Amino acid sequence: MEKERHYSGIKRRLMFLIVLISLAPLALIAIVNGYQFKHAYESKVLEHLEQVVKKHKQNIDTFLNENLADLRVIANTYPYEQFKDEAFLSELLRNLQAEHGGMVVDMGLVDDQGVQAAYSGPFKLGKAVYADATWFKEAMGSQNYISDVFMGLRGLPHFIVATKISADGREWLLRCTIDFMGFNRLVENIRIGETGLAFIINRQGAFQTKPGIQLDAHVESLRDLVWGKHAAAPELTHSHMNNWLGPQYKDFATAMPVRAIVADDPQKPGATSIYVMTQLKQGQWALIYRQDTHDAFSAWYKTRNVAVIIFLFGSLSIFFMAFLVSAKTVKRLEMADREKEMMNEKVIEAGKLASLGELAAGIAHEINNPVAIMVEESGWIGDLLEEDEFGDTENVAEISRSVAQIKTQGDRCKEITHKLLSFARRTDPRQQEVNMNELIGEVVDLSSQRAKYANVKVHQVLDDNLNLIQASPSELQQVLLNLINNAIDAIDHKQGGEVTISTENGEGVVNIHVADTGQGIPDAVLKRVFDPFFTTKPVGKGTGLGLSICYGIIEKMGGKISVNSSVGVGATFHISLPASQGEKNGGNAEPVS
Amino acid sequence: MNENRPEKSPLQVLLVDDEQGYLHVLEKRMERRGIKVTTAATGTDAVGILRGTDFDAAVVDLKMEDMDGIEVLNIFKKMVPEMPVIILTGHGSEKAARQGMAQGAFDYLTKPCDLEDLLEKIFQACQSQGKDCAQRAVSAPGKDES
Repeated sequence: MEKERHYSGIKRRLMFLIVLISLAPLALIAIVNGYQFKHAYESKVLEHLEQVVKKHKQNIDTFLNENLADLRVIANTYPYEQFKDEAFLSELLRNLQAEHGGMVVDMGLVDDQGVQAAYSGPFKLGKAVYADATWFKEAMGSQNYISDVFMGLRGLPHFIVATKISADGREWLLRCTIDFMGFNRLVENIRIGETGLAFIINRQGAFQTKPGIQLDAHVESLRDLVWGKHAAAPELTHSHMNNWLGPQYKDFATAMPVRAIVADDPQKPGATSIYVMTQLKQGQWALIYRQDTHDAFSAWYKTRNVAVIIFLFGSLSIFFMAFLVSAKTVKRLEMADREKEMMNEKVIEAGKLASLGELAAGIAHEINNPVAIMVEESGWIGDLLEEDEFGDTENVAEISRSVAQIKTQGDRCKEITHKLLSFARRTDPRQQEVNMNELIGEVVDLSSQRAKYANVKVHQVLDDNLNLIQASPSELQQVLLNLINNAIDAIDHKQGGEVTISTENGEGVVNIHVADTGQGIPDAVLKRVFDPFFTTKPVGKGTGLGLSICYGIIEKMGGKISVNSSVGVGATFHISLPASQGEKNGGNAEPVS
Repeated sequence: MNENRPEKSPLQVLLVDDEQGYLHVLEKRMERRGIKVTTAATGTDAVGILRGTDFDAAVVDLKMEDMDGIEVLNIFKKMVPEMPVIILTGHGSEKAARQGMAQGAFDYLTKPCDLEDLLEKIFQACQSQGKDCAQRAVSAPGKDES
């Protein structure tokens, strides 16, 4: 549990770190670049809109000025009496209409009393009296005049362009009427995106063109923006003006440049609109372009949405990768730790085994002396019993038997200590001529007790004419002991089984086979049996070193060791060692048992 | 040192081993077989004894407290080069025994060994010196029963 918490802690920290390190730069770049791009893009869009509006302002101003200029030229060119002639007036009107695309509706000459002296146009205005009309009063006050839009006598929206003529001590007004619908089209030409539209208002906040959407509620604020605050105009609240994109509107009102602002949309709560405005007609009118912010910056919003989607997907894959990588890393770590732990255990185990060997050797040496004395003492008793004084009684015979038994058991002790010593003796790497058959006999003797307890029969099928080999006997003994012990271990002790050790001459080699009828080795294990520290035995039972040491020894001798096995049938280890050049083994091999 | 012993005088063997029990029983058994045995429990004692007496053969244990068997062998070989020395060794110490052989020991035996084997070696050693040792032992008193 403790360990699991430890590893899941590492996993969490690792994952957090990976996510942080991967996402932080991405997020930073996204935010900083996004912010910069947004500002750059917005100012580009607004600049563009300003340019468009400026161009239209120039167009409209030019149109109005041209009309006025034409009228002035006409008034200055001809004597005013001629304007009383309606046929001449019609001729002039046709010329103006040809020049201005039919936007000039009619022409008329009005005297200083407001009475129309002559008229040419589609309406029957004849001797209309304009004495009380606002435009007439205002026009009489200046040399040139352009009126606001009004309905007038004809009942249709229009505005008037007029110029004053002074002749014979009287003043006349030569005027023409501009068709509102035609003029409207001039302004409506500014259409950008889905919601972009333009309109003109005058200083009183009256629309001079049709705005196309309902903007009455907003017009007061706009008027204030263009001309500054009126006493009559309602206070411009802060919420209406949430974002200035230019200098204070005070400057704007006087300097009359083109200015763009972003303001709250009165119709859609939460939404904003862009207003680009400029003054026309010497500051009497204002051309205002309006577009929904969302529409104007649609490309930015699209880009932003794509970026957000990419960022989200990126983040998702980073999370996923972080999870995978940290899980995998921690798994590896866990495995490495476990392997290290096992290795430590095995090293300790190997150390224990080594010291056990030394201990065994020490004990064997120490026991030799007392055993030697015991054997000699029993021999001494035997010697004494041969004296005549003991005669041939039953007891003497029994003592003789007992003494013989002591000698036999002493010899057994000797044999045991000899075996122990040959086992515990560290590898003596000196090579000498070895008769493999004899060595096998010794090793089989050494493990015979073990085989007996494990209910295993050990057979030797030995080639009597086996070649000698050049090797270190103690090392070879170690290899054989290992293989035989493994073979015994592989056999189920309840069922019992057989281990067969066979030898034969090969081409320039001596082959040794150790076969068992045990459980066999699965394929997955088979590949790793010679790996150091690989063991299938429970922890503490095997060091996993045996076969790897065997492998090392055999390789060092220039031989080969291999294994084949099928599960349930058993396993066979094959060793082949180079035969020495010496003469053949003289047929003193162990008989087949 | 080189006095000419009569042909019938018993075989003289020097036994060197730090195991008193072993020396004691071997001495008794060999005396019974007509061999005159002198025992020494340490290398120093053995060298002292060798100064005063002449032996047909010496049996030396490899492991002793004061001196290594090989050292004793070397000293013996310097003092009486013609005396054969048989080395007793524990199993697994054949390496040291072979070293002793290289330095002039006659042969070696691993402990515990049969008395018969030891006697056999001693006789062989005597014969190698041109003496009829077996004959002298067998004809010695006390061995006439067998």
